[in-house]
Amino acid sequence: MSRPIVIIGAGQGGLQAAESLRSAKFEGSILLLGDEKYLPYNRPPLSKAFLLRECERDQLTIRQAPVFEKKRITLETGVRVEKIDPGNHTLMCNDGRTIGYEKVIIATGSRARSLPIANVDVEGVHCIRTLDDTLKIQAELETTKNLVVVGGGFIGLEMAAVARKLGKVVTVVEFADRLMARVVSPMISDYYKNIHESHGVDVRLNAQAGEIIAKDGCVQGVKLSDGEELPADMVVLGVGVRPNQELAQEAGLICEGGIVIDHKGRTSDPDIYAIGDCTAQKLSDGSFLRLESVQNAVELAKAAANDIMGNDKPFVAAPWFWSDQYDVTLQMVGLSGGYDTAVLRGDLGSASFSYFYFKQGSLIAVDSLNQSSDHMAGRKLLGGANSLTPDTAQDLSYNLRDAIG
Amino acid sequence: MVKINFIEADGSETELDVQDGWSLMQAAVSNGVEGIEAECGGSCCCATCHCYVDEAYLDKLEAANDKELGMLEETVAERKDNSRLACQVKVTPEMDGMTVHLPEVQS
Ligand SMILES: Cc1cc2nc3c(=O)[nH]c(=O)nc-3n(C[C@H](O)[C@H](O)[C@H](O)COP(=O)(O)OP(=O)(O)OC[C@H]3O[C@@H](n4cnc5c(N)ncnc54)[C@H](O)[C@@H]3O)c2cc1C
Ligand code: FES
Repeated sequence: MSRPIVIIGAGQGGLQAAESLRSAKFEGSILLLGDEKYLPYNRPPLSKAFLLRECERDQLTIRQAPVFEKKRITLETGVRVEKIDPGNHTLMCNDGRTIGYEKVIIATGSRARSLPIANVDVEGVHCIRTLDDTLKIQAELETTKNLVVVGGGFIGLEMAAVARKLGKVVTVVEFADRLMARVVSPMISDYYKNIHESHGVDVRLNAQAGEIIAKDGCVQGVKLSDGEELPADMVVLGVGVRPNQELAQEAGLICEGGIVIDHKGRTSDPDIYAIGDCTAQKLSDGSFLRLESVQNAVELAKAAANDIMGNDKPFVAAPWFWSDQYDVTLQMVGLSGGYDTAVLRGDLGSASFSYFYFKQGSLIAVDSLNQSSDHMAGRKLLGGANSLTPDTAQDLSYNLRDAIG
Repeated sequence: MVKINFIEADGSETELDVQDGWSLMQAAVSNGVEGIEAECGGSCCCATCHCYVDEAYLDKLEAANDKELGMLEETVAERKDNSRLACQVKVTPEMDGMTVHLPEVQS
């Protein structure tokens, strides 16, 4: 029998890769290996609706078990791949098996970064990456009074919003001088600082967690590097992720803060692809793009599956992302870093508006708050040629869709 | 359990018993009904769960909110009067027997 295509990691990208191979009429065997004990599930709700218990656990599961059988995808959960041997075209698993492969798709995702400070591993200190993480936090939240969130990025702020809705005392400690600084513009950062403060969150910018204060192995608080002590019976670290690239590295693949790929998920080995959070896409100007989003995992999965099947369908769409905090949905498309002109469309006071970002006269990104129509127009505009200018972008009487093409 | 009948663009039908409170999207996707992508997993952020609901049941559905209406402006398949995002329609007992048509393309 011919060797299977093996997909390592049964998360958002891995599942999509398996299904896209089938939709592209791959007839051989597909083996999907995941080290978590669950069927592939949606991660975004882990810091949003599910954390708030607005949906049930079963609702996170993307496909129920019979679907895998129907599509002839062999899913094995609880199996960890420990080594790839590209010379022999084999994989080694934690259960002792050696599996031969035709092609490999690495979809190992990323893991939450920890902090090199005292007591980070005591009881009550968490990060949010997996269903198990959220289940633990949910259970402990029942008795939590004071929460300190270290890191003012999306996941940390979503956690803060949920905890405020549950009536907890919440402090956010952020090292930078503004929130979500890596991804959004200063205007959006400021707006979110206000939202959180108006909901009662104590937002500390330019603040650094120096150590976790612990007693008998349980968290008691966070000591900032300026000496101030914040009491806490729960601490959540939202300080970014690290790509799970070690398997690839040990197999000799090129890695640069992520497994280096092109826009079809191709690595430096012709029979190994990589997709999603574990990757860094090499752009035409030689720089690397690291994205951590469902779109990036799903679209690279489709591109890689298609490439394996000989179809030329690279992932080239503008990146998009969203975040739900309180009753505000932020939707982003494009990358706003490096803009020279930003214009506001709509009214800041109405809590429903968008910022359009331009660089040398060209639209590069749109951030929309409770303004999904602008977001969708932004995706269309950034998906091809467009004639939008800062003047037309901020003119509410101008139909954005007239600038397409 | 509420009976919902999904009809894909090629005419294939799947009748599902859906749990009260689940969305049409969750029911279809978890059972492997093709024709819904649901890239954002139900956050009303992708518009790849576009569907057409049975006209006769339209008044039994909670109306679409602004967020959903905004997303519906850019569906890939034609938007019709009975267009909805399947992740935003939560199943209720009044929907028993409803038919949902799925478009040919989502993205
Ligand atoms: C709390 C939270 C909220 C988020 N919110 C959003 C959001 O609002 N919008 C958005 O677009 N994105 C969001 N994301 C990011 C998004 O979930 C990820 O970008 C996406 O899941 C990446 O998919 P992936 O397939 O690359 O990795 P994952 O979905 O992480 O899957 C990787 C899988 O591989 C497994 N694995 C790793 N190594 C091995 C091995 N050696 N052998 C076997 N299995 C292995 C992992 O355990 C994991 O199950 C969020 C993420 C988190 C954690
Ligand atoms: S699943 Fe994304 S909008 Fe419905």
